[in-house]
Amino acid sequence: MPGVRVAGVGVTSFGNAPERTGRDLFGEASAEAFSDAGVDRADVESLYYGNFMGELAEHQGHQGPLMAEAAGIRAPATRYETACASSSAGVRQAVKDIRNGEADVLLVGGAERMTNLGTAGATEALAIAADDLWEVRQGMTFPGAYALMARAYFEQFGGTREDLAEIAVKNHEHALDNEQAQYNSEISVEQVLDAPMVSEPLGLYDSCPISDGAAAAVLVSDEYATDHDVDAPVAITGTGQGGDQLALHDREHLATSPAADEAAAEAYDEAGISAADVDLAEVHDCFTIAEVLAIESLGLYETGEGVDAATRGETAAGGENPVNLSGGLKAKGHPVGATGVGQIADVVKLLRGDHVNSDAVPDADVGVAHNAGGTVASAVVHVMEVRE
Amino acid sequence: MTESEDVRNEGFDDALDAVAEGEGYYLECSNGHGSLPPRRVCPDCGDTELTEQRLPASGEIDTYTVTHVATPNFADDAPYVVAIADFGPVRLTGQLRGVDPDAVETGQVVGVDVATTETTGERLLVFERR
Ligand SMILES: [Zn+2]
Repeated sequence: MPGVRVAGVGVTSFGNAPERTGRDLFGEASAEAFSDAGVDRADVESLYYGNFMGELAEHQGHQGPLMAEAAGIRAPATRYETACASSSAGVRQAVKDIRNGEADVLLVGGAERMTNLGTAGATEALAIAADDLWEVRQGMTFPGAYALMARAYFEQFGGTREDLAEIAVKNHEHALDNEQAQYNSEISVEQVLDAPMVSEPLGLYDSCPISDGAAAAVLVSDEYATDHDVDAPVAITGTGQGGDQLALHDREHLATSPAADEAAAEAYDEAGISAADVDLAEVHDCFTIAEVLAIESLGLYETGEGVDAATRGETAAGGENPVNLSGGLKAKGHPVGATGVGQIADVVKLLRGDHVNSDAVPDADVGVAHNAGGTVASAVVHVMEVRE
Repeated sequence: MTESEDVRNEGFDDALDAVAEGEGYYLECSNGHGSLPPRRVCPDCGDTELTEQRLPASGEIDTYTVTHVATPNFADDAPYVVAIADFGPVRLTGQLRGVDPDAVETGQVVGVDVATTETTGERLLVFERR
């Protein structure tokens, strides 16, 4: 089975750019990915592109071909949509195509334009990731759904708002020197606890911001990398996806994310690794509680034991399980369609040693990206390893 | 408000009508799994023999949140309490009305009814303390 290499990655700054179109954002990210890869655009056989709310944000459907144009490639293009996990789902397809021998060079990525909708408009757009009839019509918002999970977690396993605040503080600290992050500001536990409530028990600083941005990566087969002398030291060695009932109330458990358990198990199995082998993880912390669910699903912590990992300093740079060295969605930003490939770009750079926080993990060989859609009704996990 | 929003959602709106009349129901497959309409197949086991069963009169709050930042459709409703209540064979998401948000606790017993939102007058499921 042909191996899959990440030849190059490109990410725009995430943040507030309401006037920039999706095509402009993806044009920038893909150009950087091609330049990083040193791969000829003419060799690209397909684009797998993730986007969630393009119809609502810029009245633009059928974004695949548009984004192929923006990237300067003449190749078939398909848009993937699994809410906030959209671009990772595209990566998964690309990995399978290369392994199957059906392709040697693929462009993956995603983009999202959100801030032009304003906070209320973006909140409404994000809510469509939930069950419209049985959840959204009752007033459940996206932060509201995670707040329901946070309360359920506290009741079932314990943990406090202070523990969640420590996650936000840690992720802001990780982003201090990350110029592409939306926030480069330190915050304190007190600030998190005193911030206005969004949906109790989650406040403003428990929530990731609304962001514009794009991310892209060029994936190639081992053989292509060798034949074309492409420097691509990081391989994607495992891909996994899990699914769950769309509505939270239809699930057996309200305080765990079994779809991500499944995704992680599948990805680890393919890569032949266990959680103990993971040197660093980029996880989907759209809300502080989401990081807790993620690190438990990834097996870095037992179920019910992840909530105070940040409080103990274990998931910080220098800790035994560094999580979200990029700043995570919380500080880096969360342009939903771009987020999954953005995480992969961070893992690749951390493993290659050219990330702003690479010094925190000088000997890292194995990195994991965990990307979740909705209240984790979709989850995609990728394992990346250094293979010189 | 688009015109399509005035068109009924068959199955869902019928279920809300029944709740409003005090005759709420859920769907049950021959293996006893509960689910919410509209549905043609049990999401748990794939069984296609679904029958309407009477929704238990009361449920227990499993989890809840007080939402302060709302979508435009709920702007005038905020702050409001959204809860998931366990009615046994099914759980429901609804707004808890008539209770001080600070007095809400998990485990409280509620009934379900249909009311309208402050902002748009659209129907929604509401819970009331029993
Ligand atoms: Zn069944």
